[in-house]
Amino acid sequence: MKFTKGVKDGLPIGIGYFAVSFSFGIAGSKFLTWPLVTLISMTNVTSAGQFAGLQIMADAAGTFVEMAIATFFINLRYSLMAISLSQKVAPSFGTGKRLLLAMGITDEIYAVSMIQKEPVTPIYFLGLFTLPYAGWSLGTLTGAVCGEILPAIVTNALGVALYGMFIAIVVPQMKVHKPTMIAVAIAIACSLAFKFVPALSGVTVGFAIIICALIASLIGAALFPIKDDESLDAKNEAGEAK
Amino acid sequence: MNLKQYFIYLAVMAVVTYLLRAVPFVLLKSKLKSPFWRSFLAYVPYTVLAAMTVPAIFYSTDSKLSGACALVAAVVASLFGAGLVGVAAVACVTVLGVDGIMLLL
Repeated sequence: MKFTKGVKDGLPIGIGYFAVSFSFGIAGSKFLTWPLVTLISMTNVTSAGQFAGLQIMADAAGTFVEMAIATFFINLRYSLMAISLSQKVAPSFGTGKRLLLAMGITDEIYAVSMIQKEPVTPIYFLGLFTLPYAGWSLGTLTGAVCGEILPAIVTNALGVALYGMFIAIVVPQMKVHKPTMIAVAIAIACSLAFKFVPALSGVTVGFAIIICALIASLIGAALFPIKDDESLDAKNEAGEAK
Repeated sequence: MNLKQYFIYLAVMAVVTYLLRAVPFVLLKSKLKSPFWRSFLAYVPYTVLAAMTVPAIFYSTDSKLSGACALVAAVVASLFGAGLVGVAAVACVTVLGVDGIMLLL
């Protein structure tokens, strides 16, 4: 698990992040100067959380408490991922290194870490984090500077790149592992319920995602326990060969 | 919003986000023994990403139609073996195409 392998594995994430954070930069440039927009990306490295934070900043009525609560619920899934990742890292991943590299726990970096066959080492994780961090920061910077040069139709199209990457992570696993397909279907049904059932519509998006993931994963674990790491790793051989 | 308020907002966001990542990561040093919880955690990335994508993708573009087309196109591209960047590119091009056609109509 070398640094260079991490950098190589992080390249597609970095490119994707550049595209997504570009649209964040554009959104932020509407009321913040480019250094201030870029600083948000450099200190947070989250997608949904930053977009929500930007909305709260833009809203004259947005309070600091609201910012804390919204950030907490939207980003609570990182705690879930951090717990999960803690089961996957090598023994050499000590407390100091965990404190330094915890910032690198994002949806995609987490997902790529989890599909590795070997335990994740600190140097590999650092390599994996490098290009996504650069892409996320530089994309925001470029987007904020470009500001309103590009028409909305182009920025909308770039914004969907994030979801494209999520789909690229989930679908290959669903293809080879039927229980994952069922768990994903439950998560989607639950997510749609939060959106369209009136009684549930008061729940914030971040909290809805957590509830959906918990329910679907608990059902998956109860009905289709995974015997060992092999069954989940087998699926990703195609992905790793790239 | 003045500069001072901006920096308080920024600090709140950054600190809350960092603690959410670092605290569980640092506290959990040993491997979980329970097969149930190990299975649960194995399902988490996929269920989280699925719940984040649907239905949000329908509302991320100009029209629900272009979002829906992007979802279908991305799933098909992924089934045919496209990687992260390939699938993301297919989704972007689909939205650009569908929204472009809708503008012309």
